[in-house]
Amino acid sequence: MNDHAHESHDHHHEESFVSKYIFSLDHKMIGKQFLIFGLIMFMVGGGLAMLFRWQLAWPDKPLPIIGVSKAYQEEGEVTTAADRKWEERFDDDKETWLETNMPSGVIDPAFFNSLFTMHATIMVFFVVVPLLVGAFGNFLIPLMIGTRDMAFPVLNMLSFWSNILGTIIMMAGFFVPSGHAAAGWTGYAPLSSVPELSGVDWGQNLWCISLIVMGISSLMGSINYITTIINMRAPGMTWFRLPLAIWALFIVAILLLLAFPVVASALALILFDRMAGTSFFAAAGGGEPLLWQHLFWFFAHPEVYILILPGMGMASEMLPVFARKPIFGYKSMVFAMIAIAFLSWIVWGHHMFQSGMNPALGLSFMTTTMLIAVPSAIKTFNWLGTLHRASIRFTVPMLNVLAFISMFVIGGLSGIFMANAPVDIYIHDTYFIVAHIHYVVFGGSVFAIFGGIFYWFPKMYGRHMNATLGKIHFWISFLAFNGVFFPMHILGVGGHMRRIANPMQYEFLQQMQPISAQPINVFITVCAFILGVAQFLLLINVFWSIFRGKVAEQNPWQATTLEWHAPTPVPHGNFDAIPHVYHGPYEYSVPDAEADWIPQTQPNGESEHGEGEPVPAGATAD
Amino acid sequence: MEQTTTLDHSADVYEPSLTPDSLGKLGMWLFLISDAMSFGALLAAYGAIRAGAAEWAPPSEVLGINLTAGMTFLLICSSVTMVKALEAIQNGNQSRMCTFLGLTILGGLIFLGLQAYEWTHLITHGLTFTTLPHGMSGSTLFGPTFYTITGFHGAHVTGGVIYLIVILIQGLRGTYTAENNHKVEILGLYWHFVDLVWIMVFTFVYLL
Repeated sequence: MNDHAHESHDHHHEESFVSKYIFSLDHKMIGKQFLIFGLIMFMVGGGLAMLFRWQLAWPDKPLPIIGVSKAYQEEGEVTTAADRKWEERFDDDKETWLETNMPSGVIDPAFFNSLFTMHATIMVFFVVVPLLVGAFGNFLIPLMIGTRDMAFPVLNMLSFWSNILGTIIMMAGFFVPSGHAAAGWTGYAPLSSVPELSGVDWGQNLWCISLIVMGISSLMGSINYITTIINMRAPGMTWFRLPLAIWALFIVAILLLLAFPVVASALALILFDRMAGTSFFAAAGGGEPLLWQHLFWFFAHPEVYILILPGMGMASEMLPVFARKPIFGYKSMVFAMIAIAFLSWIVWGHHMFQSGMNPALGLSFMTTTMLIAVPSAIKTFNWLGTLHRASIRFTVPMLNVLAFISMFVIGGLSGIFMANAPVDIYIHDTYFIVAHIHYVVFGGSVFAIFGGIFYWFPKMYGRHMNATLGKIHFWISFLAFNGVFFPMHILGVGGHMRRIANPMQYEFLQQMQPISAQPINVFITVCAFILGVAQFLLLINVFWSIFRGKVAEQNPWQATTLEWHAPTPVPHGNFDAIPHVYHGPYEYSVPDAEADWIPQTQPNGESEHGEGEPVPAGATAD
Repeated sequence: MEQTTTLDHSADVYEPSLTPDSLGKLGMWLFLISDAMSFGALLAAYGAIRAGAAEWAPPSEVLGINLTAGMTFLLICSSVTMVKALEAIQNGNQSRMCTFLGLTILGGLIFLGLQAYEWTHLITHGLTFTTLPHGMSGSTLFGPTFYTITGFHGAHVTGGVIYLIVILIQGLRGTYTAENNHKVEILGLYWHFVDLVWIMVFTFVYLL
């Protein structure tokens, strides 16, 4: 084993509160920090969505509670406490934050632009990546490959805290004059690079700076992950005995390593355009507006696979445990992920069919994009093959994984529409793409996160989450999610543009056939509120279970992988002795075996000779 | 399920580490790959802007090629001294390593000094972030692309000089020996990378 790992194990000194919970160097604590951080940001990002969903369903109607009454809005008659508050706000000389962004409780169109921009920015960079890569990556990698910590614990700690620094910079943007970034999460130039165009000054600057800081955070994380996985696997943990979650995180770390510097460079150029008078992206000054789109999507298409691959890996991890079968086609799963990761570098132009790019180039991007359907379908059929004739245990993680697979299929199929240049010309920038991205990122990644939190919680905190509450949360989320995003396909085909503060100003949307877009938007918003409120059940379940949950045994799911071999709660240094690995990660229902699973640590021959029980996980194998 | 029984269940199948002697070496390689992507993005952006410009001032008329050729030679020499420093410590010669590290630092500092001279000279002659020298015609993006790329490289040299000084101080204290010199080697990786990137920058920004 590696010398570094032994060193970290030997330091069993008492830790202070600060070194244990705040500037912790332990990968498990850093993983938990990312988890809590990601969940809090999930609520922030969701809250922004609630605000703009209100505006979309009932355009220019004051918000409930904080907004003015109808009587006040129409006749200036003060009837409620909120009316009085707004009277006072309007009367004094100060222009408060509320007055600028939602006068009388009505969401200002400029604020609406900031809302959808920041909803996407937060969900992508501050929720899904920190949860999938930060939380699960940190927690799972050393445990699942059988080592004591990450290769560079200090870098790991810095990665979390630079992530916090980036968050503070990003959140500050809400409170600067002229509001937060409003050019969409894609920050298309010249809207983002010329302050006069969007009317946003420091908000956009902070957005750029924050994303550069987040890039540095990702860089530190990915260097750590790749080095750890390449160099620190336990004896016997060959590449093709690695759990698929680790494969996914390994591939994602490579994508992050290569993709983020590109956008960081491009963001620096945007900053120069905004603050130093250059015109890299402004045609008027000789610049190239399309250059931003090329650089951004060269980063952001790998980025969307960064958002989904760890979800695929985690689903592949949970599925065999609850199907009690080996994953169907382990190697094809690995190669499919490698193929997806490779293809992600040569498809970025499919975001730009409408940009004025050469149509011949569009055709080649269309072809490469269509190719992605092949490895994606391989993965999907492998998941279905795993389920075929399985004795499925419908636990909370399993329900979420099944939701992941089915929603990913819908998201994947709508992706084929978007990938077709002729079809895309019609549905580009409509709610169809909003439906597509949410089916993949919420229906896919976020359900995998829900499942993953429930599945690994016993190892993280030594306690179970509440299964009943988990099921209630799952079913409400699943139904409300489909209520929100499925009708968006219909809106998109009906020509409903995204990023419009008041869609009802367009007559064709009011008169959309067979029903107007307005009642559909109301239905979506009601479902969105239900979806939003349901997430409090998750938060309650997590925080209550950390302190009060049922105490967990070492391996509650009878899973084979190494993290369940570690004691619960996992001590500093993870394992009593570094485990030796003898098996692949998914040996369930092995013929002739005593139990229906063989842990990766079980030495050869024991179950084949029928000598009693398999070695219980936790006993040292050597 | 036959697959599982035919699997090789031996724990002896252990793939050794890629860099068994030092985790940091792999970490530095990964950082350099990532950094190469950021330089790559800047150079690609430069190429796209220049190719799309109606007129681009010839670099040889705006920039002083002779001076920068000298700077290039200097940086290559500093890579040689870096190699010498590593070779010295691998043979256990601490003082020789410190001498060569000192020479490498000197090379980096002279490079930075010459770059500062070049920049001030160009700025006084009118090549700024927004303007071209008087009498020159072409895209005004000549200046910002030039300063962004050479500035980003200069920042790497500055970081490298600080990094060299830290390792030199540790070397003077006797931290490194014939057995323990990974950190010197890792520093060398970084310094050679900065050198290599400069050759790309010199080719694309000055010569082409």
